[in-house]
Amino acid sequence: DPDRKTEVVLLACGSFNPITNMHLRLFELAKDYFHETGKYKVIKGIISPVGDAYKKTGLISANHRVTMAKLATKNSDWVEVDDWESCQSEWLETLKVLRYHHQKLLSADNADVTNSLQDAVPITKLGRKRKQQPNRHEPIKKKNQNPVVKSVPQVKLLCGSDMLESFGVPNLWKLEDITEIVEKHGLVCISRAGNNVQKFIYESDILWRHKNNIHLVEEWITNDISSTKIRRALRRGQSIRYLVPDVVRAYIEKNKLYSPESEDRNAGVVLAPLQKHASDSKNSQALN
Amino acid sequence: GRYQVIEGIMSPVSDNYGKKGLVSARHRVAMAKLALETSDWIRVDPWESEQETWTETVKVLRHHYNESLRVFQAKEFMRNKHPTERSTGESLSCQQPVLPELKLLCGADFLQTFQTPNLWNEEDIKEIVEKFGLVCISRAGSDPPQYIQESGLLRKFQHNIFLVKEWIQNEISATQIRSALCRGLSVKYLIPDSVIAYIAHHNIYTEESEHKNEGDLLQPLKLYNTKINPLSD
Repeated sequence: DPDRKTEVVLLACGSFNPITNMHLRLFELAKDYFHETGKYKVIKGIISPVGDAYKKTGLISANHRVTMAKLATKNSDWVEVDDWESCQSEWLETLKVLRYHHQKLLSADNADVTNSLQDAVPITKLGRKRKQQPNRHEPIKKKNQNPVVKSVPQVKLLCGSDMLESFGVPNLWKLEDITEIVEKHGLVCISRAGNNVQKFIYESDILWRHKNNIHLVEEWITNDISSTKIRRALRRGQSIRYLVPDVVRAYIEKNKLYSPESEDRNAGVVLAPLQKHASDSKNSQALN
Repeated sequence: GRYQVIEGIMSPVSDNYGKKGLVSARHRVAMAKLALETSDWIRVDPWESEQETWTETVKVLRHHYNESLRVFQAKEFMRNKHPTERSTGESLSCQQPVLPELKLLCGADFLQTFQTPNLWNEEDIKEIVEKFGLVCISRAGSDPPQYIQESGLLRKFQHNIFLVKEWIQNEISATQIRSALCRGLSVKYLIPDSVIAYIAHHNIYTEESEHKNEGDLLQPLKLYNTKINPLSD
């Protein structure tokens, strides 16, 4: 039944410091990929800029980063910006953001959507026949929803190969988080042809086990527009036209956002996840 | 600190260039105009595209150089006529005014086409690098300097060949864009939204458009092919 497509929401987490055309391309590439499989329908894209408490070097205020992302997606009819993560006073694990958006999606019509961390509970695997308490995690049906919808909408983490490979950085991610991300939600990883991503997945037992839920998308029209390079160009007074949306370029110029001083923010400060996981002995477990 | 770029000109080739997949100049000029709407210094010039026959690049350079000279001379005339009325922006040229230079802007692949047999007239290349100048943008990692050293002609005028490294690489070729469009894939954020809308509205790039000029020789190749024969033997 061609109507029975799994609905997918793409969630991109990151600094977006600033947002670039490369970030925006990730969404377009992922959407085309899912549509071409014939089994999925991408219904929404969410950009979730990280909070200031992440403490990355050169990270400017969340207010600006969220505003720029909103400007960049103003004329997109399916990609939007969500500032929930950026509003939290403490750094949040990516998994928690995934859970939050998943819960939000499930209770789409329900005014009961809660905003607290405690409620972002782990979900059990949905869409599979197994013994479980009836109605435990059934999505709240919309009035006009087709009663034979194949499965509940999924929220998948959209990223580049650098994020996937960062799973291997000691103490950056919790192993149990990575497991839940690939097991219960899914990953969409955009990378250019000839990359090491497949090898990286092969070398990790956890990723290998859930490789069906890790969608690899090849980027044939490549670009190298990293936020780091954008900030560098700005410090040197060089043009970033045609690399970021024009409205973003204008906003950066007007507010004089990036400078040698802004690049020094958080210099010497330990990144929040590293700080948080450093003392935890469980995390000495390797990804492989 | 020695140059001030005052203008950028995009000159789409005319339809009788004969390249495969080349859609009508009317559209290509319109799309370039849309793309440059937000630029305050780059413009599209349709002169080349409006010529009845294909025009050698050196001729396009000559045309635009003569145009800029005309403008320059008109400005100088006005300045000398009203010596007290100096705009603040002219403090640089308070002494002897310097003639503007016109340089050909291109990518590394363009530079390499100088080597393609019969594509370029040797005298044209010489005039381009001697009288005008070349600005070649290339990816960090590719090697135009080597090619320039290998060519006696280019080596002689290398002082007039400016090599610019593109550190933030952006490999968006028009061929790939057309291919994506034919397959119904998104090209958003690769080309301006206004151009995407124009393409959709006029249904410009299709499988059919891709076959245009298929099997034909490029006009310059046709031209130089016939030139060689009468002189041989």
